[in-house]
Amino acid sequence: MKEINLEELQTKARILRRHIITMTTKAGSGHPSSALSMVEIVTALYFGGVLRHDPSNPTWPDRDRFILSKGHGCPALYAALAEAGYFPIEWLSRLRQLGSPLEGHPNMRALPGVEASTGSLGQGLSIALGHALAARLDGKGYRVYALLGDGECDQGQVWEAAMAAAHFQVGNLTAIVDHNKYQQTGSVETVMDVRPLIEKWRAFHWHGIEIDGHDLREVLKAFDEANTINDQPSVIVAHTVKGKGVTPLEKDYTWHGKALPPDLAEAALKEIG
Amino acid sequence: MNIGRRIGLTLGKATRDAFGEALVELGKENPNIVVLDGDLNNSTKTDLFAKAFPERFFNVGIAESNLVGVAGGLASCGKVPFIASFACFMMCNAFDQLRMSVAFPGLNVKVVGSHGGISIGEDGPSQMSVEDVALACALPGFAVLVPADQEAAAALVKAAAVHRGPVYIRVGRPKVPIVYQNGGEFTLGRANCLREGRDVALIANGLMVAAALEASHLLHQEGIEALVLDMHTVKPLDEEAVVRAAQTGAIVTAEEHLIWGGLGSAVARAVASRCPVPMEFVSLGDTYAESGKPEELFEKYGLTAEAIVRAAKHAIARKKDV
Repeated sequence: MKEINLEELQTKARILRRHIITMTTKAGSGHPSSALSMVEIVTALYFGGVLRHDPSNPTWPDRDRFILSKGHGCPALYAALAEAGYFPIEWLSRLRQLGSPLEGHPNMRALPGVEASTGSLGQGLSIALGHALAARLDGKGYRVYALLGDGECDQGQVWEAAMAAAHFQVGNLTAIVDHNKYQQTGSVETVMDVRPLIEKWRAFHWHGIEIDGHDLREVLKAFDEANTINDQPSVIVAHTVKGKGVTPLEKDYTWHGKALPPDLAEAALKEIG
Repeated sequence: MNIGRRIGLTLGKATRDAFGEALVELGKENPNIVVLDGDLNNSTKTDLFAKAFPERFFNVGIAESNLVGVAGGLASCGKVPFIASFACFMMCNAFDQLRMSVAFPGLNVKVVGSHGGISIGEDGPSQMSVEDVALACALPGFAVLVPADQEAAAALVKAAAVHRGPVYIRVGRPKVPIVYQNGGEFTLGRANCLREGRDVALIANGLMVAAALEASHLLHQEGIEALVLDMHTVKPLDEEAVVRAAQTGAIVTAEEHLIWGGLGSAVARAVASRCPVPMEFVSLGDTYAESGKPEELFEKYGLTAEAIVRAAKHAIARKKDV
């Protein structure tokens, strides 16, 4: 495990949470609860030494790739990219506004650091597999990470890609499932029971790692483990809480796709600290 | 297919064969060309590329959605993916992937739909692509190509490879007559005028180009001189060629496709906005076909030289209405 100051990382995670609340409330819409559940994962990737990347050179051919397949979680990605220096932090305040490169779902042609245009669920893992195969063809050593939602795993394409990635033995591909247990209209259990998740991925010949997705130590350890597996893709099933860190969002899944009003946002910022 | 036989056109290869062979040549020239297959390589003829360049060939199984997404990822890394399946499966099964993983980010993916149209014959409607051109035209930034014969297919596949941006190319299953007996020049987005004529213009693509040539011969026997255009590129449409064709005062389009959203619609839009003249449309109409021999199907569903002749006469008769 790399030398990482855990306290600094936890502070960074808090900063990302604050950005998520601030920008979605300013925008008046968005999916803050879906972004909050993935904060530790993107914090580990961008600030925990997992991704080899260069914010001053977003198209560096040897960079590691992070593809946000659950595109609606993009406030977390935008916050991480801004904090990493891909673009000025002030841009976050123009989320979802006309002419802003921070669209409602990620647009790779609009914003530096965004690797794929996503938002139609189920497609990111296939795109990530394409990147992983390109690395093999070009003899490059970069790794590819794709973050999926648990509800997104309803999509058949996810399993087409899972089957193909194992078949092509792409050891440079890691999927993370943000298993926050809720999708738009209810729990994954009641809407479409995707469980048991890790067993499904293992049955598709993936190396499976199951963690608490809010414990940065576990998240970092999981990425380290995935990076030691070279002959098959790895999946990290991260158990998370939808709306993590903001009590009203944690308590009520019907906040999916809704921003907090200013008064609740103010309370949320206090709670996050 | 026996289209064009009575005017002396000789039978050539299937356009899918010409595609497969051209792809091997492209593979030699450009190491960035990769090929993705949905387990139909011996039908789409990408098996030739697979044999020549196995390390650049990926059979992803019967999974078109994933196929298109992987192509988007490869193209994001500078590869030039040619992806091939039956036209109906590629366009209909993976349309959202073509939208989000290729068209919206404007990635350099070349989509080849084989077994286009009803000329596949006996396998029937589930394998027939009658809506692929409409769907491809509905993807912003896509170029849409429907080659008429082996010469056109080989040349347009090569043109697609150097074109920057997404392209859809429809190729067919049966052996088809050679329209370009002496070769031809092919530029993406530029129609080829195969016959001059002053009375009516026949604008066709794919197999219907041979039918249009046959129709022009039949019309000539009745003293009617038809201009024949091979509109191999439906999008971007060669509007200048349409404007020139409209100088005849009447236009007939002919395509192996639904009447909705294909060549006829594209030409009609240009005609309506730039050069209004009477138009008639030869197409499959608004229906699926059925199993049968290709020739029987073309006869039953009205994709014949005779149908074009009738349409031409209607269009000419309507000249006075405008």
